[in-house]
Amino acid sequence: MASTFQLEIVTPDRKFYEDQVDMVIVRSTEGDLGIMKNHMSLVSPLAIGVIKIKKNGEYREAACAGGFIQVKQDKTTIITDSAEWPEEIDVERAKKAAERAEERLKTKTAEIDLIRAQAALERALNRLRVAKKG
Amino acid sequence: MEVSNEVAGRGMRDIKRRIKSVNSTKQITKAMELVSSAKLRRTRERVEKTRPYFNTIKDTVQDIFSSTRGIKHPFVSEREIKKTCYIVITADRGLCGGYNANAIKTALHHMQDKKAVSLITVGQKARDYFRKRNYDFDGEFVHISENPTYSDAKEISSLVLRLYEKEMIDEVYLVYTQFVSTISQKPEIIRLLPLAGEKKEKEQDKGFEYVSYEPSPEEVLDYLIPKYIESTVFGALVESSASEQGARRVAMENATDNAEEMIGHLTLSYNRARQAAITQEIAEIVGGAEALK
Repeated sequence: MASTFQLEIVTPDRKFYEDQVDMVIVRSTEGDLGIMKNHMSLVSPLAIGVIKIKKNGEYREAACAGGFIQVKQDKTTIITDSAEWPEEIDVERAKKAAERAEERLKTKTAEIDLIRAQAALERALNRLRVAKKG
Repeated sequence: MEVSNEVAGRGMRDIKRRIKSVNSTKQITKAMELVSSAKLRRTRERVEKTRPYFNTIKDTVQDIFSSTRGIKHPFVSEREIKKTCYIVITADRGLCGGYNANAIKTALHHMQDKKAVSLITVGQKARDYFRKRNYDFDGEFVHISENPTYSDAKEISSLVLRLYEKEMIDEVYLVYTQFVSTISQKPEIIRLLPLAGEKKEKEQDKGFEYVSYEPSPEEVLDYLIPKYIESTVFGALVESSASEQGARRVAMENATDNAEEMIGHLTLSYNRARQAAITQEIAEIVGGAEALK
């Protein structure tokens, strides 16, 4: 019990998670990062991916659409544009979003639209992956 | 006899008509009060939900500033100010007391030279005001202030960052209305760019703490500063929309109260006029009967 730390995940529209946890694994832009108690102070942007939270020996997963993580001595904070538990994901919507994004990638448009479509596709696929596992 | 009755009757009719018109105004203001109370409840919940995010980002950015030194970044370093951009957030509609006027006044008060100012307005009220006075515009957003979304904030901040990077503007201020409570809203002005690292005198209690930035402080800031701007703009939009509803509710409540008071006065004079008419009629009948004797 002694090796837990405070984790907080916030999104623009709610406080997604706030609890004592054993470990959290996030996908940063540089690769996967596992944070446990007494990790050194760190700030890093996050890529689109999965947040794995270990609490009482059990893992829980959530889809995360990019953001950043700040690790401090007493507390770890993840700030993200959106975070969802598997059961919250609207699979139909994600599928449709993926299709739409693929469609847009096929028809070549301005560069900024391409980047946007790519990001949208990645987010949708990430949601689908998480939803399938959960 | 005919004539005087006519006058009293007209007086009564006029008063009656006024009571009716004041009453219908009262019904409208009452309805608006109820609508804005309902909206206020919703927007207040939103403010409470967004505040943690807003504050966390702000704290994090401040933390990074206080724990790093000598970072060179275009959004951080000061440069000569030739053009100042103001983002002014107001409502689309009036009838909300001094809400719009206060925000505009705060901005005006802060501006120094009209020629060195450009504007990005949110809401029709600010747009109309500054349009009429021929200010420079960089952008205008309408119909978003009542129910702002995060993508609205994104649009505004990407516009600001683009202009800033092209050096078309050298300084950015954000004018919004802080929602203190239902009856109190405070217009605020904050500087968005260049970011000033507020010197917090925290260093003595902890000493210098080494924080690692993956992959590098510059890249973290590259990501973080646009996010910071976005979330600050979003927070300001949400605060302002709550303030707007609060201000409108109070204004409409006052209007309803005033209408009620007016109706009270008018009813009193109506009754007086009615009584005068009756008294006069009786006097006339008595007078007539007396004359017949």
